[in-house]
Amino acid sequence: MSWDDFAFAFFNLDIIREASPILIQGLVQTILLSLLVVPLGLFGGIVLALLSTVRNPLVRWPLIAWVDVFRALPPLVLLVFVYAGLPFAGLELPAWAAVAIGFFLNTGAYYGEILRAGIESVPRGQMEAARSTGLTRGQAMAYVVLPQAVRNVLPDLISNTLEVVKLTSIASVVALPELLYQARQAQSVTYNASPIVAAAVIYFIMLWPVVRLLSRLENRQLAAARG
Amino acid sequence: MTAWERFADSFFNARVAAEYLPKIIDGFWLTVVLALSIVVSGLAAGLLLALVRSLGVRPLNWLIIFVVDLFRALPPLVIITLLFFGLPAAGMELSGFASTWLALSLVLMAFSEEIFWAGITSVPKGQWEAARSTGLTFLQTLRLVVLPQAIRLTIPPLTNRTIAITKGTALASVVAVQEILGAANAGVSFSFNPTPLTLGALAYLVLFIPVVVFGRWVETRFAWRR
Repeated sequence: MSWDDFAFAFFNLDIIREASPILIQGLVQTILLSLLVVPLGLFGGIVLALLSTVRNPLVRWPLIAWVDVFRALPPLVLLVFVYAGLPFAGLELPAWAAVAIGFFLNTGAYYGEILRAGIESVPRGQMEAARSTGLTRGQAMAYVVLPQAVRNVLPDLISNTLEVVKLTSIASVVALPELLYQARQAQSVTYNASPIVAAAVIYFIMLWPVVRLLSRLENRQLAAARG
Repeated sequence: MTAWERFADSFFNARVAAEYLPKIIDGFWLTVVLALSIVVSGLAAGLLLALVRSLGVRPLNWLIIFVVDLFRALPPLVIITLLFFGLPAAGMELSGFASTWLALSLVLMAFSEEIFWAGITSVPKGQWEAARSTGLTFLQTLRLVVLPQAIRLTIPPLTNRTIAITKGTALASVVAVQEILGAANAGVSFSFNPTPLTLGALAYLVLFIPVVVFGRWVETRFAWRR
């Protein structure tokens, strides 16, 4: 295969130019979807992490089961179950709502585990000192423990957020017109792979800075753990 | 029929379950084979890249860093789509199984290289120098002194990352592989009943709950106490 054939099949500028309006629409959808599912997952994670500080076994064991089940199920399985399964129970959901529910269950469990580790990394004395100054338990948690917890696990939080943004690509399976879905549409109409290559380039440009940042943070963290 | 009976008839239908269980079990083993081949090739390639990087050849290291960043930034489903739907344009046909295996191996390679490399660099330089000065060769130092310390440090992040990436095998259903989710989807559209999906979800739980619990155990077992 000559270079020209290769460029025609994968880096076809005419086709990319033609597909660019729908690719940009897809990119906008991907960004909007991320802005929906990341806060949703973080919210779920904070609730799970706060519940994990409760010592009562009636809270503790169901919580562990919940987190493990939703960490064990692949996100795509959850999404398909919600989108294709629930209509049989008379619950017909639009694609974006199915994505929101599936992501909430999955990424909430992951954020929850990270934040739980963060809360556990804050010394007990911090909570006790805060309480002794007259703060309520809730205030001490919100103003003293959580800020330190978040700082301690910041690399993991960023890393998980990167994974969540990448994961929005599975919404294409339930025909939500995000970036990958639009690229696939353009590819099947033009019978040329360039739109998919273009989508990959867009993802890379968008996420590379995050990957660089993470790589630095993680190296520093490992070096610190080693002491 | 009460609402509960209708619900049970949809999601826990014994007749449909009996009919599609064999297909789901076939899918289960296919998922296991796919996941294991990804783990083996991904971790081996990642370790190899980290070792090459430790040689310290500048242009080679830049290339490795770029490749690692690339496969950390791209969503796995995009890579699978590119391999499965894109490569035929270059006259190369990859099956759905091969596309998924290759894509997820590359992703695991990238993540594990980064972790192995962080482990290697965390071993103080003095250990290298001391080992070399006792007469060990470069490779002996690597194998007997550096790697044992580096690998211990890398086991918890490596375990978690490997689990997360092997769960991506469900993406193979998008390129028509009859693994668990693929078999379940086919079952739903033939029987017009979601019970195969319930079976599929249970199959994933059977497969991955022990793995997730194992990951949690590894995390506490190998944690460095500060």
